[in-house]
Amino acid sequence: MTTEAKKDAPLGRVIVITSGKGGVGKTTSSAAISAGLAKQGFKTVVIDFDVGLRNLDMIMGCERRVVFDFINVIQGDAKLKQALIKDKRLETLFILPTSQTRDKDALTKEGVEQILAELKAEFDYIVCDSPAGIERGAQMAMYYADEAVVVTNPEVSSVRDSDRVLGLLSSQTKRAETEGAEPIKAQVLLTRYDQARVDSGEMMTVEDVLEILAVPLLGVIPESKAILKASNVGTPVVLDEPSAASRAYEDAVSRLTGTQVEMRIQGERRPGLFQRLFKRAS
Amino acid sequence: MNLFSFVRKPRPTQTAQTAKDRLQILLAHERSSGTAEADYLPMLQRDIIAAIRKYVPIGEQDVDVRMERGDQMSSLEINIELHGAAPPRKPV
Repeated sequence: MTTEAKKDAPLGRVIVITSGKGGVGKTTSSAAISAGLAKQGFKTVVIDFDVGLRNLDMIMGCERRVVFDFINVIQGDAKLKQALIKDKRLETLFILPTSQTRDKDALTKEGVEQILAELKAEFDYIVCDSPAGIERGAQMAMYYADEAVVVTNPEVSSVRDSDRVLGLLSSQTKRAETEGAEPIKAQVLLTRYDQARVDSGEMMTVEDVLEILAVPLLGVIPESKAILKASNVGTPVVLDEPSAASRAYEDAVSRLTGTQVEMRIQGERRPGLFQRLFKRAS
Repeated sequence: MNLFSFVRKPRPTQTAQTAKDRLQILLAHERSSGTAEADYLPMLQRDIIAAIRKYVPIGEQDVDVRMERGDQMSSLEINIELHGAAPPRKPV
């Protein structure tokens, strides 16, 4: 594990983690991806854009260390350095929590732009955890992005919302509005994937979802008990003990940094016959 | 649950294909014309009522406008209910 910061000039890439629909795993994925990037030695900051419904701090396990937040910095009440929380596990990882008391109108385009500019000068990756929906908070989270990770469940409402969000990414963002700019690089991260249900024809396959959304695949995260377990204790899943989900996130992170990794879909180990019989009897 | 319920394996329901088909049809429409597509239906309904009222008295509820979106083509179904008996035919 390399945790030492790379010495070159920071990459300054802004990645938005978005989905439209709520509850599909944006915050879990933001935590896992940012921790995964930091673990690879990239200096990474993860920002919570869900103003009023702060949760990234809990998933990252730093909820008791929040003093100043993103909105305090935008409004000039605190310096960015004061609001950034340094992760206790990885020294290349920082968290910028959001406000629990303000509302989304506190986010201004100018304020967000200024903070991102400051962060770009220092960090390799700036991961923006978008709120659900397509309102102001979500618009602000995606507006300045260079890349987008669209978190999708293999389920009709999630796929439909992802399609909508992909439309917004290609029209309502800085890159979309700037003449001659390269469009946002959007990729799908399929979460809560259950191979057994796919095999029995109950769940759409990876190919089905990709055919509908027509964007590249960043990774497939299997439905896994490890996710809830990690969130219970406030550890990003990639920093918890190895699981099918943590391996899938690590592969996705490698692809994000441009490494070719074979797509493997690994489920959780299914209990054997004896285990199941035993469980039933107990 | 009966005694044999654990012996009989539930038949897998192949619903994933239905999900995919529904999404493909819906998104084809949403992408081509945005989500504002069906916004004209209430206005259309109002205009139809106004047009028919010039000739026949009808109520707000007597016009039913439905849109059926298909893969290849969509159809617009308009049902207008006229009250009262048909006028007597003139003897030839």
